[in-house]
Amino acid sequence: MAEKLHFELVSPEKLLMSTDVDMVVVPGVEGDFGVLINHAPVVSTLRTGILEVHNGDTPERLLVRGGFAEVNPEGLTVLAEEALPLADVDRATLEAELKDAEEDVADAKDDAHLAEATKVRNRLVEILGVLDLVA
Amino acid sequence: MANLKDLRNRITSVQSTQKITKAMKMVAASKLRRAQEAAEAARPYAERMENVLASLASSMVGQIGGPKLLAGTGSTQVQLVVVATSERGLCGGFNTNIIKGARAKIASLIAEGKDVKIVTIGKKGAASLKRDYRSRIIKHFDMTHVKRLAYSDAGPITDYLLASYEAGEFDVCTLFYAKFQSALTQIVTAQQMIPASYDENNVVDLGGAAYDYEPDETEILEELLPRNVGVQLFRALLENAASEQGSRMTAMDSATRNAGDMIDSLRTTYNRTRQSVITNELIEIISGAEAL
Repeated sequence: MAEKLHFELVSPEKLLMSTDVDMVVVPGVEGDFGVLINHAPVVSTLRTGILEVHNGDTPERLLVRGGFAEVNPEGLTVLAEEALPLADVDRATLEAELKDAEEDVADAKDDAHLAEATKVRNRLVEILGVLDLVA
Repeated sequence: MANLKDLRNRITSVQSTQKITKAMKMVAASKLRRAQEAAEAARPYAERMENVLASLASSMVGQIGGPKLLAGTGSTQVQLVVVATSERGLCGGFNTNIIKGARAKIASLIAEGKDVKIVTIGKKGAASLKRDYRSRIIKHFDMTHVKRLAYSDAGPITDYLLASYEAGEFDVCTLFYAKFQSALTQIVTAQQMIPASYDENNVVDLGGAAYDYEPDETEILEELLPRNVGVQLFRALLENAASEQGSRMTAMDSATRNAGDMIDSLRTTYNRTRQSVITNELIEIISGAEAL
């Protein structure tokens, strides 16, 4: 392929990726969509899911949670609140965290604690849900 | 004239002060590097976010309604001023400058007859503003436990701001912080967070095409705007952290230099005094010998 798509993946803490790639599959709220070069401009919110970066033979897969994808003539920008290479995600650790989080929810003393604990738990449930689909 | 022992004591005491300021300078310098890296790493996200927001918002221009976070409540009566300062002192004019900026704004708002509410982040700002505006401070956020600022640390503050905005407790929210430019200059910045402000120049030229929105503009905006508040706040806190260290480094550097000057002049006095004591003793001995 002669021309490549400029792809940027940014999290609030840093710019994670900025390269030219063949294709990216983005988990949009209304379904996954692939972005190649010269894609029409789109703005979409993301759901928790797997982002696939195709460059060469094996696609790189990342778990992303919360954020936006923007396609404009300059390329694709994904703003993700969290992004982790799928290979780095450890199911056992997450399940242990989830168990802790469930306990926190059960032990919450007041509304503020409850809201906080529920947020943590929901995040883990979402991520595990995605992992189930992948497995 | 001060006696020799006193002078010696003073020299030792200034020397140990100098050791402390020197160490603080080194610590600040290494922390500054990290804080600066973090602040720079966070810039792309905030910039991209602003771009998306700008293009969305510009496409909403002229439409009636729109989310409250963008359009405002239609009033500017109740003003919320968020003042972000540091948890520790000894950092030169850093806190003073931010507070000065915030005070000027608060005073002018009060003069205009607005209701002003204050939220403080960081102990230093809270302590100083309490003196004049105790009744106006509605909330304080303590950041002492934060060692290295992460995005999640800004979460509770964002949640609080959004919840009270939803509850109609204020109309406009302005954030005061110091933007990091270099170790020598930090610029006190007032940023309007709610309703969202954006720069028209950031709109990317699509070459005649129009954006497709998934799901649709309003829904995206509804998700983007609260997140934008969080990102702006996080970014401001990062800039503040870098500014604090930069300011401390410069302050401690000049303190170290001042201590050095002081030691030099004390040492001159000490030597001079010592000389004259010796001369005096000699005179006494010689005149004693002559009298024999």
